[in-house]
Amino acid sequence: MTDMITATGLVKRYKEVEALAGLDLSVPEGTVLALLGPNGAGKTTAVRVLTTLLKPDAGSAVVAGVDILADPDGVRSRIGLSGQYAAVDEHLTGFENLEMVGRLYGMGRTQARSRARELLERFALADAGDRPSKTYSGGMRRRLDLAGALVAAPPVLVLDEPTTGLDPRSRVQMWDVIRELVASGATLLLTTQYLEEADRLADDILVIDHGRAIARGTADELKSQTGGERVEVVLADPSDRDRVHSLLAEVASGEVGVGENGRELTAAVDGGVGALRRVLEGLERDSVAVLDIGLRRPTLDDVFLSLTGHATEAADDATTDPSETAEVTR
Amino acid sequence: MSTPAPTLEQSRPTGVVRALTDGWVVAKRNLIKIKRVPEVLVFVLISPIMFVLLFAFVFGGAIDTGGVGYREFLIAGIFAQTVVFGATFTGAGLAEDMQKGIIDRFRSLPMSQAAVLVGRTTSDVVYNVLSLAIMALTGLLVGWRIREGFLDAVLGFALLLLFAYAVSWVMAWVGLMVPSVEVINNASFIVIMPLTFVSNAFVPLESFSGVLRTLVEWNPVSALTQASRELFGNVDPRGAVPDAWSMQHPVLYTLLWVAIILVVFVPLSVRRYRLSAGTK
Repeated sequence: MTDMITATGLVKRYKEVEALAGLDLSVPEGTVLALLGPNGAGKTTAVRVLTTLLKPDAGSAVVAGVDILADPDGVRSRIGLSGQYAAVDEHLTGFENLEMVGRLYGMGRTQARSRARELLERFALADAGDRPSKTYSGGMRRRLDLAGALVAAPPVLVLDEPTTGLDPRSRVQMWDVIRELVASGATLLLTTQYLEEADRLADDILVIDHGRAIARGTADELKSQTGGERVEVVLADPSDRDRVHSLLAEVASGEVGVGENGRELTAAVDGGVGALRRVLEGLERDSVAVLDIGLRRPTLDDVFLSLTGHATEAADDATTDPSETAEVTR
Repeated sequence: MSTPAPTLEQSRPTGVVRALTDGWVVAKRNLIKIKRVPEVLVFVLISPIMFVLLFAFVFGGAIDTGGVGYREFLIAGIFAQTVVFGATFTGAGLAEDMQKGIIDRFRSLPMSQAAVLVGRTTSDVVYNVLSLAIMALTGLLVGWRIREGFLDAVLGFALLLLFAYAVSWVMAWVGLMVPSVEVINNASFIVIMPLTFVSNAFVPLESFSGVLRTLVEWNPVSALTQASRELFGNVDPRGAVPDAWSMQHPVLYTLLWVAIILVVFVPLSVRRYRLSAGTK
């Protein structure tokens, strides 16, 4: 498999801030790489450099076989970019937006028009296609923006935070659309601050912080780097905390974590099911009531925390967002 | 390395041709906005009408313009002021596109790097044509007349449009530099107000003296106004010949300014566009 995107030692400074501090990455053809990191980690800067919107201060990159510095125009004709803020012209209809993009890719009028209709159909915008796009919902605008990136059927797609700001339902719809794209063979670079999004869409995840890569792997690989499974207990009565804490400490491989509300206790364990059984037996013996107990694998939130020493800013959203809390309790 | 060859770019024209064809696509996009938000056009057209009426009826009697009636004297000045102010539109449009991320989309496309600016400045010529037409009609209603030949009048309008086009490129550059639409509106007001008022647009050159007079004489807006007045035949044939070279050869002096502005600001704006990192 050849790499459709490779970047070596990308550096970009803004005054005293180093947005990219020697970023390396590669995306094999037909795969999805998620750049995962909190706000300000350098994700958007990386995207802007790779899509020729920004010149790096140092380093090099080749996108779809073309050097970004030597032939930026060549890169632009082989990529589709869908940005963080849906860049559609709100006064133009969906159709006019896509037709314009097609023309600017160098298509003839007929080709641009038929391609626009085709994409509107594919992104469930056919009915709204002749309405000014300012009448669209957030999800529809995002789909239109993504359709704009696909007008010339580019071999490489770059999506900068494709679901930031969308409601949970639109986000799930967007995920379906993106998965279809991937199934049709596109190479995709995606940035996100949602750990679950990276988990669901990407073949590989590159965790970045302060402008450099700090870990790379599949979601599973990253999770196993943080150690094994966790036993998690949610107390019915917070006053049982100390008793349960000591129960967990017996099976834990490290520290026992206590949630902010004092009801949730978590411990990384080596024994898995065996450890869970011992904790259950202990609870039974001491007749401690719990709301929930389970064995779970570390989430990418845990991964991020252990890799960077600080939580993601998206973690706050995650706890309030129903689509983020669906985790496996076995 | 396997590169799925896009069928698009191979046969594409390059350079100026592509800047013009891509620029036209962008210009059409800007013009669609006139259709969708006609309110903008209404306000663009109302303010010059208001100016014609205000100056003609409020200040008209108080300003001595020698052998030419004030209304006749005034209209060319209003033309000049309006088209120069119209350039703000170019800057505001670009600032808005930057803010909304549309410039990013354009910059990620394999289009000419000059096209967005060519398109914007071109579509703004259309605005200027419309507002000149409306002002000319209003002018005719309050007593303005074209007294030279048809060809001269056409040249007069062409000169106004050309000068406006050049100023558009200045505002394009400013528009790419400022963080928001509000800033550009205020900034252009601060620059353009003195430029148009310290000129012979509303009061005759003779009413200025000293340093101010020199400023007025060499102000390109004065030359543009003077040139239009001559081409429309709105000057007093028995009036004194001004002594500044710029006022004796206003058409040439205006064209000189147009050339200088374009030579400086077209490359400057295109460069700025290429470098612009956009707003967040």
